[in-house]
Amino acid sequence: MRVAFVANEVGIGLWRNFSMTISVVIVTAVSLFFFGSGLLFQRQVDLLEEYTYNNIEVSMFLCGAQSDEPSCAGGEVTAEQKAAIEADLAGPELSPYVEEWLFESKQEAYDRFVQQFEGSAIVESVTVDLLPESYRVRMVDPQESDVVVAYFSGRAGVEQVEDQQQLLAGLFGFLNGARWFAWVFAGVLLAAAVLLVATTIRLAAFNRRRETGIMRLVGASKFFIQLPFMLEGIIAASIGALIASLGLLAAVQGVIVPYLQRQIRVTPYIDTSDVFAVTPGLFLLGILLAGIASLITLQRYLKV
Amino acid sequence: MIRFDNVSKAYKTTQRPALDEVSINIDRGEFVFLVGSSGSGKSTFLRLVLKEERATGGDVHVAGRDLARLASWKVPGLRRQIGVVFQDFRLLPTKSVFENVAFALQVIGKPRHVIERTVPEVLQLVGLDGKEGRRPDELSGGEQQRVAIARAFVNRPAILLADEPTGNLDPVTSIGIMKLLDRINKTGTTIVMATHDQDLVDQMRKRVIQLDDGHIVRDQARGVYGSGA
Repeated sequence: MRVAFVANEVGIGLWRNFSMTISVVIVTAVSLFFFGSGLLFQRQVDLLEEYTYNNIEVSMFLCGAQSDEPSCAGGEVTAEQKAAIEADLAGPELSPYVEEWLFESKQEAYDRFVQQFEGSAIVESVTVDLLPESYRVRMVDPQESDVVVAYFSGRAGVEQVEDQQQLLAGLFGFLNGARWFAWVFAGVLLAAAVLLVATTIRLAAFNRRRETGIMRLVGASKFFIQLPFMLEGIIAASIGALIASLGLLAAVQGVIVPYLQRQIRVTPYIDTSDVFAVTPGLFLLGILLAGIASLITLQRYLKV
Repeated sequence: MIRFDNVSKAYKTTQRPALDEVSINIDRGEFVFLVGSSGSGKSTFLRLVLKEERATGGDVHVAGRDLARLASWKVPGLRRQIGVVFQDFRLLPTKSVFENVAFALQVIGKPRHVIERTVPEVLQLVGLDGKEGRRPDELSGGEQQRVAIARAFVNRPAILLADEPTGNLDPVTSIGIMKLLDRINKTGTTIVMATHDQDLVDQMRKRVIQLDDGHIVRDQARGVYGSGA
């Protein structure tokens, strides 16, 4: 009797307040979607960080025929200069820091370039000669790449020493900014969702003041009187969480998997399993916020 | 059953207390009329019994409970022992007669078989058998009040409070309602009825408590409405 009765009351409430229910669903859906995006963004940044951390290198580009750096005044790098660099990399000073290194010839650099920009017009304009020879140095601890950078910068025959970590710092800065934006945006929308749930519950309580008045007089418990209202908020928020989850799934399934993962294979990407990992959090947050909002509202507007 | 010891009730917005040091005892099974002009404190009296309000002074005891010490989560338990009837019936317009009465049992969690047994019984008691399926707007005022009384009585409360139950009804219908309340009183239920209906009070010859300006000015067994007799 109890369950059927409460379910019936909830159904009536949701239906009577149909437009408000829909707006609660929409606002919760959008805010939780952005909140979930923030979480997925976080996961993507983590993935990227982990991947680059493991693959990070110091690239030492050697002087070519056209290089105009001061350290390239002697023209193209000589075999002696290369031998000296290799000796230093293996020497007692640097070897504790260097995990491994390899030499990339002009042809290898060209092959890699072609592979990376396959199908792009830029490939046509680049010839083997234009690309520099380089050493790729992988560090034992990527944080200590400064050592290698400082050691070789400005040495004759070395055009430029490039620390990928520095390059990526800008990218991570951008990604962190985007993630914060998603969260702040989600926060504002979640606040709107909470207020909307509160208003909806208040309206529902007002619409049913006759029923609740009688319930109070015949001695229904506070819990029993308030439960249908709380459930209304929670059900609407849950539907919102469901829509947000489906939206995230569609975004990952429809954009990241078919497009980014196939077209730009530079780093690993999040996939649907990450969405499923985030989904329970969205439901929990939605239900928690709706529950708290209704509890506070009922405390104020539904005297028992 | 109901005992007030020096009970006062002051509202924040007015200076004069609504009830001022009222002491009264109403025993189990009594039928009491509460009379007095508007604003004399009748409604405050009823609200204190229901613990809709807290007394600002003195002790209120209802059905063996000291209301000042009653935890708020126990208030529903108190109200299950008290039925209430109002001048404006307060029925749910979208529910049938049966559903209106059943509602009072549903919301306190009574199982279906209990509801299906007790609701027809009480509808028969109030003389509404055969009208279970009607909506409140298909009933006369007297019939609507009978539904309200059925709802108040269906859980067999020890006390029935009636706040001007005949205020919206014509004299003939009012007498019918009074007879019904008398019949309920004969089952052992204590009845406190606030009213302005002079004829009814004079006719019934029950205990009359008269309030004036928050004071009890008369408490008379087998009394009449006016202070004369």
